[in-house]
Amino acid sequence: MPGTRMNWQRWVMTLPAIVFFGVFAIVPMCVAVYYSGLNWSGIGQAQWVGLANWANAFSNGEALHSLWLTIELMILCWLFQNPLSLVLGVFMAGKQRHRAVYGVIYFIPLLFSSVAIGITWSYILDPEFGLLDSLLKALGIGNGSENWLGNQHIAMFVVALIIAWQFVPFNSLLYQGGARQIPESLYEAAMLDGATPIQAFFFITLPQLKYTIITATVLILTGTLTYFDLIYVVTNGGPGDATQVLAMDMYKQAFTKLNIGAGSVIAVILAAFGLLLSILILRLTGFNKMESQMEGV
Amino acid sequence: MSTSMVTVQQEVKHNKRRNRVSGYGIAFTAFGTIWLIITVYPLLYMLMTSLRTQNGYLMGKPWLPPLHPTLDNYVQVIQAGFFHYFLNSVVVSVSAVVLIVTFALFLAYVVVRSRSKIVHTIFNIFLVGLAMPIQAAIIPVYLLILKLGLYDTLIGMIFPMVAFGLPLTLLILVNFLRDIPTELFEAMGLDGASDFQTVWHLVAPLSIPSLVSVGIYQFIQSWNNFLFPLVLTQNKAVQVLPLAIVQFQGEHTIDVPVTMAAVIFSALPLILAYIFAGRYLRRGMLTGFGK
Repeated sequence: MPGTRMNWQRWVMTLPAIVFFGVFAIVPMCVAVYYSGLNWSGIGQAQWVGLANWANAFSNGEALHSLWLTIELMILCWLFQNPLSLVLGVFMAGKQRHRAVYGVIYFIPLLFSSVAIGITWSYILDPEFGLLDSLLKALGIGNGSENWLGNQHIAMFVVALIIAWQFVPFNSLLYQGGARQIPESLYEAAMLDGATPIQAFFFITLPQLKYTIITATVLILTGTLTYFDLIYVVTNGGPGDATQVLAMDMYKQAFTKLNIGAGSVIAVILAAFGLLLSILILRLTGFNKMESQMEGV
Repeated sequence: MSTSMVTVQQEVKHNKRRNRVSGYGIAFTAFGTIWLIITVYPLLYMLMTSLRTQNGYLMGKPWLPPLHPTLDNYVQVIQAGFFHYFLNSVVVSVSAVVLIVTFALFLAYVVVRSRSKIVHTIFNIFLVGLAMPIQAAIIPVYLLILKLGLYDTLIGMIFPMVAFGLPLTLLILVNFLRDIPTELFEAMGLDGASDFQTVWHLVAPLSIPSLVSVGIYQFIQSWNNFLFPLVLTQNKAVQVLPLAIVQFQGEHTIDVPVTMAAVIFSALPLILAYIFAGRYLRRGMLTGFGK
């Protein structure tokens, strides 16, 4: 009779998950640490060079540059997505019929892959035939041929804005769920005390959404860390290296320049980031506690 | 008399407040409408452009609907083999989802039902993988897939997708299974059910809503995954849609309308699913985060 002890059936049940996760995730991540010490093109003879790749990555500044760009992108994404998603989420949480309809439409970008969204926006922003420039020209604003993605001073902003277009729908859904759980009585009490809706927002809604804000923040940081697909399609890390975030840098080192060692150095940095964020998630949510608990997130 | 005066006064006050409130409501709706336009217009652009002729794209006004809409671009997309890529995507996504959900459900059952220290350590290792980027493992995965002879195969994409889909799915299912009353498990045990029978007759039927949500989430993830196909395949015979549209774009750099048709075609199943089962998709997207 199955109690709380392990038996052979239970070991059989755990096996497939462990094998897949071990072979295709955990072991590769550990192997990446070993690869980071190799001078290797992926084929032919590998040569152990110790920490030379690491020293190289940090002395020529390229890895530091991508690290900095990744952090910059994280900050931009947070700024562009979080406040806007919060307000939209509160808007969608309202019971009015039109808000529900709006919410249904807001969701649509989530149906497209990053690649599809990237291709579309690169055409919208195209300086010759693009939607934005021809629209601006028709309205007589600016020179009408701004190369939004080719300008290295604004390329990162533009990328972060496209990412926002893609993911604000998701984050606002989070906030919609959070806002709907705020007890109505809090608002009624505030109204009786003569609070304006703006006051109610700052003194009730915002504090009550504390946990949702934390969740959304962690998810935005996690998502941005690995942001690769869209950047690959839209700028391919350029112009120059203006949007060469860690994931992009890793891909180019390993699969374009065939420098497995240098690519692995960046992969290990990414893994360290990921580990940190995972622990942060578990700390903040208490997911790994053994008791059943559903509140908070 | 005086009471009714008070009531009237209150009523007036109340109406005033409601008017003020609706002023805010209008401003709020205006804000929502601006975002609605920002959301819809690029989507509309996608659709309008996909219906244009090449000449119409070069000469016409891109912000207006095409003068002579045509479905030629979609025909061209199908002729370029997109139906084949579509089937590849279906095979990869469905297989990945079925494996992820099955494996995670089994492990979740064991995690919830046993007090073994080893099992809990295993669970914690999975949780550490929660925010682990695919990029951190892609180089060794690529070399491993090459060694296993799985390069340029559908299975070669499915296996790593399963590995990276497991942590979140496991977490969600464990959270769900914990809420199943212990008495139900014990009753199954008293009836002489084995662990496999318990999962089949008790756990699986009870968790169908969770399984559907998490399955939808993982389906969308697999359907739109780009890095694994990019690194693990190059043969057109095993191309999946996200990679196919990028290659297609590369081959039709000037022909924007036909690329837009390919983009819409690649999202078609999800668009149709959203039209017919929107609630499930929205719930699935929030799986594990919402609540």
